[in-house]
Amino acid sequence: MHGYNVLRLLREGLSGHKGWQPAWRKAEPKASYDAVIIGGGGHGLATAYYLARLHGLTNIAVIEKGWIGGGNAGRNTTIIRSNYLYDASAAIYNHALHLWKGLSRELNYNIMMSHRGVLNLAHDEGEARQLKRRVEANRLNGVQAEWLEAKEVKAFCPPISIAPEARYPVIGATLQRDGGVNRHDAVVWGFARAASAMGVDIIEECEVTGIETEKGAVTAIETTRGRIATQKVASVAAGHTSVIAGLVGLRLPIESHPLQALVSEPLKPVMPCVVMSNAVHVYMSQSSKGELVIGAGIDPYLSYTQRGSLSIIEHQMAALIELFPFVSRLRMMRQWGGIVDVCPDASPIISKTDVKGFYVNGGWGTGGWKATPASGHAFADLVANDEPNAIAAPFTLERFVTGDLVAEHGAAAVAH
Amino acid sequence: MFVITCPYCGERDLTEFAYGGEAHIARPHWREDMSDAEWADFLFMRANPKGVLAERWMHAAGCRRFFNMLRNTATDDILAVYRIGETPPKVEARLPATPSGEAPLGSGNDAVKVIQPGEGG
Ligand SMILES: Cc1cc2nc3c(=O)[nH]c(=O)nc-3n(C[C@H](O)[C@H](O)[C@H](O)COP(=O)(O)OP(=O)(O)OC[C@H]3O[C@@H](n4cnc5c(N)ncnc54)[C@H](O)[C@@H]3O)c2cc1C
Ligand SMILES: [Zn+2]
Repeated sequence: MHGYNVLRLLREGLSGHKGWQPAWRKAEPKASYDAVIIGGGGHGLATAYYLARLHGLTNIAVIEKGWIGGGNAGRNTTIIRSNYLYDASAAIYNHALHLWKGLSRELNYNIMMSHRGVLNLAHDEGEARQLKRRVEANRLNGVQAEWLEAKEVKAFCPPISIAPEARYPVIGATLQRDGGVNRHDAVVWGFARAASAMGVDIIEECEVTGIETEKGAVTAIETTRGRIATQKVASVAAGHTSVIAGLVGLRLPIESHPLQALVSEPLKPVMPCVVMSNAVHVYMSQSSKGELVIGAGIDPYLSYTQRGSLSIIEHQMAALIELFPFVSRLRMMRQWGGIVDVCPDASPIISKTDVKGFYVNGGWGTGGWKATPASGHAFADLVANDEPNAIAAPFTLERFVTGDLVAEHGAAAVAH
Repeated sequence: MFVITCPYCGERDLTEFAYGGEAHIARPHWREDMSDAEWADFLFMRANPKGVLAERWMHAAGCRRFFNMLRNTATDDILAVYRIGETPPKVEARLPATPSGEAPLGSGNDAVKVIQPGEGG
């Protein structure tokens, strides 16, 4: 693998950019691997990277039915924060934040990580009390958090309206200064390139259609490009997690919903940070291309069609215009949807299963992007050692039997 | 966006309805020896099929009555509407050729459709 650096850029610039190589190898499926990862999104590729890098497992493959990063990885609004209420969540999301900080350097790939700060707005007294409680909980867990009054919110984010007569007035917000956004494609490509360089096969346009077991243990997978023998199958299929689990007869506490986002025409820099409002269900930041990136809530019904209803967008734009009146004069350029895998307690599943050698990572719902490196890190550990590490332990499937849920839904500020 | 035919009021816009989730999940009869796993299966585990789903809807801004519906979650085709207490009718659906594949049309997912060996494109 050629490193990327300034000298290289100069040399290529002077010689007509003819020397660049593809960032990762296009691999053909082999007859067998030590482990197979289903799903080439951010989490699947991160899992492969850490399996190779930290556990020496390089005879492995990532199998992706479309192209890598074509799922939720390529459709999300990339909001990154770790200000969750409970200890178990703070541990995994803050671990991710820590890994994000060093990832461009570690991967030698610019993931355009921007720690521009994330505001979570409060629109009524009850919400303000709950958010203040969360600030204190965050601080106890070493998560950067502070409370801003309405005037301070306006100073931190000038385009916002804090008009007291608004239908949902802004009465304050939490701020996580080291939260922010990054570039989704760069994360996917950076992990793919680094994993591929260590020998991981990345196989695109190949769908896993079956999983063979013998005496309760995985022996092979079937794909649209043939059978592959393996004793370890790690499912990281986001919206399709239930479908993959169904291949070994497992039922999961997951339901798949459409989630939409949209972007405006490009503008000069206007939004200095990320703003999120749970009460009115709107999230906005500005991409480095200048587009305002706007996320919505999920559609209530289950679906695997990557679209969603116009009513959701209407609702969200109405709220957005209240918060940011200047948006009413903008044109929206593109809208799309992804399929998110939602757990009843709004926390993920990183778990082994009753089928030996079959591991599940899913249920990240509307907010898994921020966890990508930590999810891959913890899942690689589980797949390599067959036991969850301290970070993954609270997120096993057993919690749905014991009742030991990590109930982040009720804890507010869980969307994205 | 769906137009749903309420069995009591007729065709109405999706926004008039509230979603009731997977249908026909019966609460298990209480038994002394019922295991936690059995209870967890009733409470949390869901079919979540890519294909035909039996689900409940409630006409929230209309007659406020619950009813059942069969819908293909791979395309959002509505296949049947029937009342609470009735058994789901037999239906035909345009299903994907493979478990995680895309249905022949109407999925909105053409851009991520896998080109199978032998297919052009
Ligand atoms: C509109 C939207 C906005 C979001 N905003 C945020 C946000 O701001 N912040 C945040 O933290 N999170 C956000 N999320 C959630 C986040 O995108 C996901 O939680 C996360 O990306 C899921 O992990 P992934 O990247 O591995 O998923 P994916 O990229 O979806 O990867 C799963 C892959 O599995 C593949 N696959 C499925 N079945 C098979 C099969 N049978 N064989 C082979 N491959 C298969 C799929 O093609 C897919 O590429 C958002 C999601 C959406 C849809
Ligand atoms: Zn009605």
